[in-house]
Amino acid sequence: MENLIALLVAAPLLGAAVLLCGGRRLDAVGHLIGTALASVSFVIGAILFADMLGKDAEHRAMAQHLFSWIPVEGFQADVAFQLDQLSMTFVLLITGVGSLIHLYSIGYMEHDERRRRFFGYLNLFLAAMLLLVLADNYLLLYVGWEGVGLASYLLIGFWQHKPSAATAAKKAFLVNRVGDMGLSIAIMLMFTTFGTFAFGPVLEATGETGEGKLTAIALMLLLAACGKSAQVPLQSWLGDAMEGPTPVSALIHAATMVTAGVYLIVRSADIFNAAPDAQLVTTVVGAVTLLFGAIVGCAKDDIKKALAGSTMSQIGYMILAAGLGPIGYVFAIMHLVTHGFFKAGLFLGAGSVMHGMNDEVDMRKYGGLRKYMPVTFVTFGLGYLAIIGFPGLSGFFSKDKIIEAAFAKGGTEGWILGSVALLGAAITAYYMTRVMLMTFFGEKRWQPDENGHEPHPHESPRSMTIPMIVLAFGSVFAGGFFSIGDRFVHWLEPVTEHAHGHPPVSATTVTLATMVVLVIGVALAYVQYGRRPVPVVAPRGSVLTRAARRDLLQDDFNHVVLVRGGEHLTRSLVYVDHTLVDGVVNGTAASMGGLSGRLRKLQNGYARSYAVSMFGGAAILIAATLLMRAV
Amino acid sequence: MSATAVHSLWTMAADPIDKIDAPKIEYGQLSPTLIVIGAAIIGILVEAFVPRKSRYYVQLFVSVVALAAAFAAVVGLAAGGYGTTKAGIAAMGAIAVDGPALFLQGTILLAGVLGVFTFAERRLDPVAHGNRVDSFAAQAASVPGSDSEQAAVKAGFTTTEVFPLLLFAIGGMLVFPSANDLLTLFIALEVFSLPLYLLCAVARRKRIMSQEAAVKYFLLGAFASAFTLFGIALLYGYAGSVSYATIAQVVDGTIGTVNPALADTMGNDALLLIGAAMVVMGLLFKVGAVPFHMWTPDVYQGAPTPVTGFMAAATKVAAFGALLRLLYVVLPGLRWDWRPVMMGVAVVTMLGGAIVAITQTDIKRLLAYSSIAHAGFILAGVIATTPDGVSSVLFYLGAYSFVTIGAFAVVTLVRDAGGEATHLSKWAGLGRRSPLVAAVFAVFLLAFAGIPLTSGFAGKFAVFKAAAEGGAGALVVVGVISSAIAAFFYIRVIVLMFFSEPRPEGPTVAVPSPLTMTAIGVGVAVTLVLGVAPQYFLDLAGQAGVFVR
Repeated sequence: MENLIALLVAAPLLGAAVLLCGGRRLDAVGHLIGTALASVSFVIGAILFADMLGKDAEHRAMAQHLFSWIPVEGFQADVAFQLDQLSMTFVLLITGVGSLIHLYSIGYMEHDERRRRFFGYLNLFLAAMLLLVLADNYLLLYVGWEGVGLASYLLIGFWQHKPSAATAAKKAFLVNRVGDMGLSIAIMLMFTTFGTFAFGPVLEATGETGEGKLTAIALMLLLAACGKSAQVPLQSWLGDAMEGPTPVSALIHAATMVTAGVYLIVRSADIFNAAPDAQLVTTVVGAVTLLFGAIVGCAKDDIKKALAGSTMSQIGYMILAAGLGPIGYVFAIMHLVTHGFFKAGLFLGAGSVMHGMNDEVDMRKYGGLRKYMPVTFVTFGLGYLAIIGFPGLSGFFSKDKIIEAAFAKGGTEGWILGSVALLGAAITAYYMTRVMLMTFFGEKRWQPDENGHEPHPHESPRSMTIPMIVLAFGSVFAGGFFSIGDRFVHWLEPVTEHAHGHPPVSATTVTLATMVVLVIGVALAYVQYGRRPVPVVAPRGSVLTRAARRDLLQDDFNHVVLVRGGEHLTRSLVYVDHTLVDGVVNGTAASMGGLSGRLRKLQNGYARSYAVSMFGGAAILIAATLLMRAV
Repeated sequence: MSATAVHSLWTMAADPIDKIDAPKIEYGQLSPTLIVIGAAIIGILVEAFVPRKSRYYVQLFVSVVALAAAFAAVVGLAAGGYGTTKAGIAAMGAIAVDGPALFLQGTILLAGVLGVFTFAERRLDPVAHGNRVDSFAAQAASVPGSDSEQAAVKAGFTTTEVFPLLLFAIGGMLVFPSANDLLTLFIALEVFSLPLYLLCAVARRKRIMSQEAAVKYFLLGAFASAFTLFGIALLYGYAGSVSYATIAQVVDGTIGTVNPALADTMGNDALLLIGAAMVVMGLLFKVGAVPFHMWTPDVYQGAPTPVTGFMAAATKVAAFGALLRLLYVVLPGLRWDWRPVMMGVAVVTMLGGAIVAITQTDIKRLLAYSSIAHAGFILAGVIATTPDGVSSVLFYLGAYSFVTIGAFAVVTLVRDAGGEATHLSKWAGLGRRSPLVAAVFAVFLLAFAGIPLTSGFAGKFAVFKAAAEGGAGALVVVGVISSAIAAFFYIRVIVLMFFSEPRPEGPTVAVPSPLTMTAIGVGVAVTLVLGVAPQYFLDLAGQAGVFVR
């Protein structure tokens, strides 16, 4: 069975190689090959899952050693895989949602002449992401980490003829470099501290290591997670990443890749457990981001950007939960999975809306679409109910647990984190209701574009609606399925450990409070957007609204602090380089040249001069030898 | 001398005296040298008796077979353990057969084979009067530009004597690093030097320059030999013997019996120091170390390019071998005297070679200065005075000789109407016109510069490592700085070849026969193999790195 693990990665990798190297003759079938290989990977994942379920909880982890990658004395890097319950969860999520999105893309990208390449990149992404979650050491994980970064870059910039897409891709890449630097430093620190970077030995050795070092490693890992998962302060790229095709936003920038940071933290649980300061920082990052993303999500009129803000916010919940330690790990992953379902569903729904609306993304130009696209409306609506935490649906179970765990952290911190999480739930209800109302309810607000084409909203083809329906099932039932009898807790417990949190107030109270804020959020949105007509041109809005529209000034901040500062720094460095460094270098070169020219004249071609030189040399040689003896 | 002594000399025949024992000669252990010298003598007979038309083929055959047989003999000896466990002194103390000797002899023989190939190249020069010609004068004795030269050219003469001359030179070079007494050393020096002087004089084109180079080389070589010989005399005065072992014992103060006739001078350190310095100077002249290097550029430029290539490679191997043995076997007791002096020589050699090379405009002169700088790098390994130092120098010499022969072989290919186009300006844009030749030359230049994945890097790394571990860290710093300076002019040639516009009347690249192709191909292959996987050869050099005393 272990030997199948490599196939999980190999299938999409093969697809990427074939599609990207195959050239135009594969244009006709490229999308089918890509989808088939993604499904193959899913089927293998399902087989492995069935096999895993047949074993006892303690013996479910599998490993496959492929080959020695860099065998140097004292530095062993292997290409080896590890498939335990945590990896399995991700494998199923990645290949399952991935296959659905491949299917969806067949319809969505139908008229794109570079569709084969698109599927090649998608397969490349799947391979890299699977490598990331299957690696049994940090170095190989890093390969997958960079691989998904590359795929993300390629796919955000897929419509490279649009300058905005090209810029967004670059931005995502650059911001991610900052995080990647954190991961590489963390790996180097691990190597110097533990002498290895395989998960097993590193995590076992945390007990005997000083807290300072572990805190440093954990903070560097957190930096990496911030970059990949768009957490404050490295959040700025995610909104722009929506320039990519919508299936990409659904798969990479909602369901899977952006959650890699959560995976990294949960995988490194032992390091974080031993570094309470780093855990505190993690919870703060999560709490700040969940508010940040939620506030941004309230102000955006671009449907995808509103959903991107929401993604940021939901991942903030996961990071917060992961920072809570053993009382939160399981719920971080559980929320990750349920979020994977409903957020992917929401994005696919948004894509379906755009597909029917001539790629219009401004929600102010939607309205009343429920009549025109019923399937999209229902599936999107179920995803909406799931994300706001409507009782009985997926988000209700997973988010509620995180809020509970946040309170259970204890002390003032627990109260603050719990309240922030509650507040986030209220804002989530508000902005998601706003999206729902602006898109599907009210009067139609679309108008002919400058060419006089009026959009004709219509339901999307079967290949697009089926994945949406499947994901809607997940949005509705996954949470309940996981929570009844604590199935998910028992499933992940052997890997992540689990401790029952004890909130200062009873769990029922927390649930009730969540319900109350939910109702408040929905009601507020209804008052603003359901009862009154939505203006087609956005009103000026309050200071906060305006700031939120500009992503809470994140780019302005980066511009002033990093870009300007960087420019000044580079300018002064260039000055130093031109005057000092070049001066020294050119001066050296010039003086060497001059010296060479002088010395060259000694070579005058006369044998007599040469003989004199030899004679003088011999005299010096003898004198020096004698002198050495004398001193 | 007293009257009775004279008398006894005269009456010697009448007195019954002890029989002189016949010297014991280990022919097997000396076989590489004997084969080569024997073949050289056969070559002379060939000149005398074989018809002119077929001499070239016979000479080529004899030379290649002899060198191959000699190489086989070296391999056989090494396989028989003569490089390690059975290493010893042969020929009544005159020749040492040990690891370094066999390693260097093998290197010289391989360089010799490639040298023969480049000597025998006959497709580069245009056909003259229906005859294929090589790089050598039609008739070396004819005055350049004279009627007799014209006649010789018209008659299709070629100087096939170059093959026996080359074999004699190789024979001397085989003895040079294995000489175990000072007289053998001197004789070997002359045996390989004299044929080289002659070979330098016999270029087919630019004959005046060639002859000038030969005369300069001869004059300065004779001058250096005089120093060497005087140094040998002084050392004999110091130790009462020319044998390496005995001199070493006197230096160490472990000698048992003392020749009473020499008791006055023996152990006089002034004789030792001056004598040693002068002998060393003779060897430094041969390796081209500053300030005894001034012949190098002129001779490298003037000599026929195949000769230059062979000479640059093999002379350096032989001379460094002799220098190593002298310093490690004869003068280890004097280490603290000669090390600082040699460090000074190494420093000025590295810097001098690298700096002056910057402003060179002729490719052959450029390579000459490069070879001076390389002599400095190798000296750094010599100065290490550790077993690693020996093996690193052996490795460096092996690697360097193949790069050198290959590089000079490429130089023979780039030609215009006046023969080889050696002025650098004519090499501009060569990479556009003949990418393969330019790429091959670039590989050699990168190896000279010591860029990783070439043999040059492995060699340089080995000698610098040995020098640093041997306590000569400062030397390594200077070496690295010199390498940086040297990289400039190597890379400049690459830039010139690949990134400059070709000149309209630029040179053409001649298509050589398989002979030169083999020489270049082997050069590239060895350069890359030693660069990518040097460990086996480093181990080989490491095993061969112990001198017999």
